[in-house]
Amino acid sequence: MGAWFWWMIFGMAVVTYIPRAIPLTFLEGRELPEAVQNVLRNIPYAVLGALIFPAVFFIQENVWFGVIGAASAFAIAFTGANVILVVLGTIAILSVYGLWFG
Amino acid sequence: MQEHGFSSGLKAGASIAIGYFPVALTFGLLAKTTGLSLIEATAMSIFVFAGAAQYISLSLITAGVLPALIVVNTFIVNIRHFLMTAALNEKMEPDARWKKALYAFGITDETFTVLATQPGDKIRTSFAAGVIVISYGSWVVFTSLGHLIGASLPGFLQASMSIALYAMFVGLLVPSMKGNRKVVSLALIAALFNSLFYFTGWLSTGWAIMVSTLASAIIIELISRKGVAA
Repeated sequence: MGAWFWWMIFGMAVVTYIPRAIPLTFLEGRELPEAVQNVLRNIPYAVLGALIFPAVFFIQENVWFGVIGAASAFAIAFTGANVILVVLGTIAILSVYGLWFG
Repeated sequence: MQEHGFSSGLKAGASIAIGYFPVALTFGLLAKTTGLSLIEATAMSIFVFAGAAQYISLSLITAGVLPALIVVNTFIVNIRHFLMTAALNEKMEPDARWKKALYAFGITDETFTVLATQPGDKIRTSFAAGVIVISYGSWVVFTSLGHLIGASLPGFLQASMSIALYAMFVGLLVPSMKGNRKVVSLALIAALFNSLFYFTGWLSTGWAIMVSTLASAIIIELISRKGVAA
């Protein structure tokens, strides 16, 4: 790659940083209206829903990987296991599935 | 008050580090086949630290797209972080602006979800630093390693590890879902909107996540307020 590549990385770094930094620094010490605060408090759980579905079904060409993976993750999580156990347990189940049927 | 500081952050971020491992390894490998040197691939992960945008940039480079357009596209893909960091700001302890400007660099979809779903009122800056350091470290180191090794994991492991980040999202969501209809509805409605955008192709991924999240958060807020009034 030539010099353009480094300019591109510089540009990508700047435009990636701006949406991350502006709200955190600009909103520091400012009290937002109650209604806005309430909506912002809802964001984390809504984001999780959107990040999981439907992308989880398309992690592999074989859609069953995603279906079994998602079902396993929910099942393990509902037992009250902590996050790292959910992650490792789901990987283990899919490894077994992949070795047998992959 | 030494609880929930840097080392707790490292621990909370460990699942992100595991989840980034296969993604970064594959990125390093793809960067190599795209023609990026080890330094160039690693530099992109060091300075940009945005998985989706980095992956897309590789395919755009291959397609011969103008670098300026790749930068514009990166911005569009990352606009959703405006929403996430605005939400995160409500959850973080007040701190000096320069410190917030520093850790803002490390806010990704994954670090955001881990931080924003922590129980308790406020999150300490040192906790956020811990979550970010371990995630960022994994992202950068495994990008280099993927380029160096020039191969991905054995097939079955590559396939099974691709679930890691999604399993983490599930693991973060479920404890809050239990006995909380509001959380269930928030996730469900956002998931339905996002699926609609995905299958109709009306919005690209970055926009789709932002619009479905915002729509769900507003709808549920309106419904729950009406419920209180009635």
